Amino acid sequence: MKGFYSRKLHSLLGIIPLGFFLLEHMITNFSAVEGGPEGFRDAVKWINSLPLVLALEILFIWLPLLYHGVYGTYIAFQAKPNNNRFKHERNLRYTLQRVTGIIALFFIGWHVWETRIQVSLGNVTHEGLGKWMHDIVTQPVYFIIYLISVIAVSYHFTNGLWSFMVSWGITVGPRAQRVSSYICMGLFVIVAVMFTWSLFVFRGVEFEAGGTAMLQTLKTFIG
Amino acid sequence: MAETTASKKVKFIITRQDDPKSPSYTEEFELGYRPGMNVISALMEIQRNPVNAGGKHTAPVCWESNCLEEVCGACSMVINGKPRQACAALVDKLEQPIRIEPMKTFPVVRDLIIDRSRMFNALKRVKAWIPIDGTYDLGPGPRMAEKKRQWAYELSKCMTCGVCLEACPNVNDKTNFIGPAPISQVRLFNAHPTGEMNAEERLEALMEDGGIEGCGNSQNCVRSCPKGIPLTTSIAEMNKQTTKHMFKRWLTS
Repeated sequence: MKGFYSRKLHSLLGIIPLGFFLLEHMITNFSAVEGGPEGFRDAVKWINSLPLVLALEILFIWLPLLYHGVYGTYIAFQAKPNNNRFKHERNLRYTLQRVTGIIALFFIGWHVWETRIQVSLGNVTHEGLGKWMHDIVTQPVYFIIYLISVIAVSYHFTNGLWSFMVSWGITVGPRAQRVSSYICMGLFVIVAVMFTWSLFVFRGVEFEAGGTAMLQTLKTFIG
Repeated sequence: MAETTASKKVKFIITRQDDPKSPSYTEEFELGYRPGMNVISALMEIQRNPVNAGGKHTAPVCWESNCLEEVCGACSMVINGKPRQACAALVDKLEQPIRIEPMKTFPVVRDLIIDRSRMFNALKRVKAWIPIDGTYDLGPGPRMAEKKRQWAYELSKCMTCGVCLEACPNVNDKTNFIGPAPISQVRLFNAHPTGEMNAEERLEALMEDGGIEGCGNSQNCVRSCPKGIPLTTSIAEMNKQTTKHMFKRWLTS
């Protein structure tokens, strides 16, 4: 495939479907903030109850992720950053986009191995994911890795949305690009805060016992 | 010519290279300060009296320049880390010592002389001209709206100096990206009422390997262009037109 089309596809897949999946993932995680272990379990249950879920996963997550990651790495290593010579924001964002992309690639690879693949291997059930995540993020090193990575991924997506709009000729002039930059920065804050918040909630004690039983006891106790 | 103020000195650190294949090295020069001097006049001074800061006689530094008023694009070099036109680089406004290097994105011919052929090849590749030759008088072309002429004129100021390519992190030996300048020229020639007749050929040239997809949105080009050309607007506009062309080609062929 010619460079023009492969780069366009790379840009498109970053937003549709990967960006949308990221937002969906964010909302699923946030259900842990809103509804505790039960809310999270229900959200996981809902997404896994979608028809043809495996086909949806392969078509809208695995394949786009693989392409975006591999081609993105190729793009990242073609760059010759010159931030010491040109110290303005956009140039910094250019380099950050590539750095966060590489962080995202490693993190997502590891995260998929730890969660989705462990589910496939039968080491954890969908219902047990809340406790599973609790056990991971209560380890300080893993928690820090998660924290850095979700912020990096949030940045990569929102800044990528900005450049997507330039690459597809949606935001053309400097004013349009500045306004879209503010919007994307706002989105970055929202996405990063929501992911980080969920991470902190996963560390909470209510996720320790897998939630349900403990919550039930608590409810009967209060009720 | 004004008298040299003996007390005040200007120090230059110049990156030199004897031929395209030999390694580069730096050489220092100290010149007497003269009011209003710029990098070119300093280089001329060195040419007249090629003695380095150590007092040793050396080969005069080679460079290229023509117009000396920032319209020809020949004297591009990296001055204190920034690619720019040497003729417009006033010594009074530069931090000392003044470091001068060739724009190494391009092949170095000797000292500060670089080979900008790739830019002219890129202009040929995107057909940055208006074909008006015929076997008979074609008559006057269609008129251009004044409003369009005004922004198109800004794009026509491009002097192929290569500063935007030097500033671009995606123009390097790992890619074949043609750089911002020729992309903006496609916008210019596609805006022309006669040039527009060959618009698709130019868009297709931008869709070839090393074309517009090489842009990574660092926006260094627009910030370093000595002519203030809105290069990123041109790139985004060409993104739009090539995207449209892509769909049009898919749906109509």
